[in-house]
Amino acid sequence: MELISKGRAGTLESGDICVVVEKTDDAGIVIDLDSSVASLFGREIKEVIKKTVNDHGFKGGVKVTATDKGALNCTIEARVTAALYRAAESTEFSWK
Amino acid sequence: MATKQRLRRTMMFIPGNNPGMMRDAHIYGSDSIMFDLEDAVSMAEKDAARLLVFNAIKTIDYGDTEVVVRINPLNTPYGKADIEAMVVAGAHVLRMPKTETAEDITECEAYIAEMEKKHGIPVGKTLMMAAIEGALGVINAYKIATASDRLIGIAIGAEDYCANLKANRTKSGIELQLARETIVVAARAAGIDALDTVFSDVNDEEQLIYEATLVKEMGFDGKSVINPRQIGPVHKVFAPTEKEIEKAKRIIAALKEAEAKGSGVISLNGKMVDRPVVIRAERTIELAIASGVLLPEEVE
Repeated sequence: MELISKGRAGTLESGDICVVVEKTDDAGIVIDLDSSVASLFGREIKEVIKKTVNDHGFKGGVKVTATDKGALNCTIEARVTAALYRAAESTEFSWK
Repeated sequence: MATKQRLRRTMMFIPGNNPGMMRDAHIYGSDSIMFDLEDAVSMAEKDAARLLVFNAIKTIDYGDTEVVVRINPLNTPYGKADIEAMVVAGAHVLRMPKTETAEDITECEAYIAEMEKKHGIPVGKTLMMAAIEGALGVINAYKIATASDRLIGIAIGAEDYCANLKANRTKSGIELQLARETIVVAARAAGIDALDTVFSDVNDEEQLIYEATLVKEMGFDGKSVINPRQIGPVHKVFAPTEKEIEKAKRIIAALKEAEAKGSGVISLNGKMVDRPVVIRAERTIELAIASGVLLPEEVE
């Protein structure tokens, strides 16, 4: 899967996270996080984002800008995944 | 766990793209929760909502609450992906919208079975329900209700039905009378549940109670709700009265006495009790316990 455009998913409503995924020339996975619960869960949210990006086969060259409003981990995964597939302009998701 | 026979007094709609509501959808006590991937989700958000509901079902423990997902019709670009995702996620029941013929059910069932096989899930595990939302669906209600062993019930969707009928919604519900009667008769003939439509004005509790009472008296098993505030009033309507409970308890006691004696004939106050009376009594007791007005140990 290759990122073609900027992909966005999620909202700024309570319990959600708004995620924008795009290509970057940087080697790693760059995460820019703004969260209402950053002091408590900032590190964990970043880990969930990074793992989700990794699980879809990206080791680097991806920038994720996220605005979190207290989303559960399963919501973060869903929003990052949706943004990645939108950026890749792909609908070939493998359900498992 | 997916179960065909269970209490379904309330089924609460949760928009499929609203994670805040999904998180605690089960804590308000509705018998079922229904994540909506269809009308509550715009076309541009179908992919994201599907992922969100998939992850929520796989991750969040909804306890004893039945988890239903309203999918998009199979003839849309989203229907097949919805079915595959929700079968894999382990949704208890898939709700088919706008069902008009038995073939709508058998086509969906075939695809559900194909997905269960593909993913190593026992064939038949995923249950179904059908929403009837048009005149043709009402005409075909019994054929729809008997189209698959997976069906747990049929429901009426009033807004689409009235639009199709060129009728307006009224307070009395006269425009829904034939559809409601047809659906409850078809459901009973098929041995499945009959579920009523939503009442969308959350501030009008009086009308909600009127509608719930009406459909209870018609024989429906429950009503869809769109807000946690509607759950309590509907459960109260469906809760049996003290008189009904006392009568049911006497019938159950007579049944147990007959069983203890090895007698096939149940009698109460010198009169024979027919099997349908016993079934109604058992349902009354079940409802009374679920409604919190009777403790299980109070049934002798």
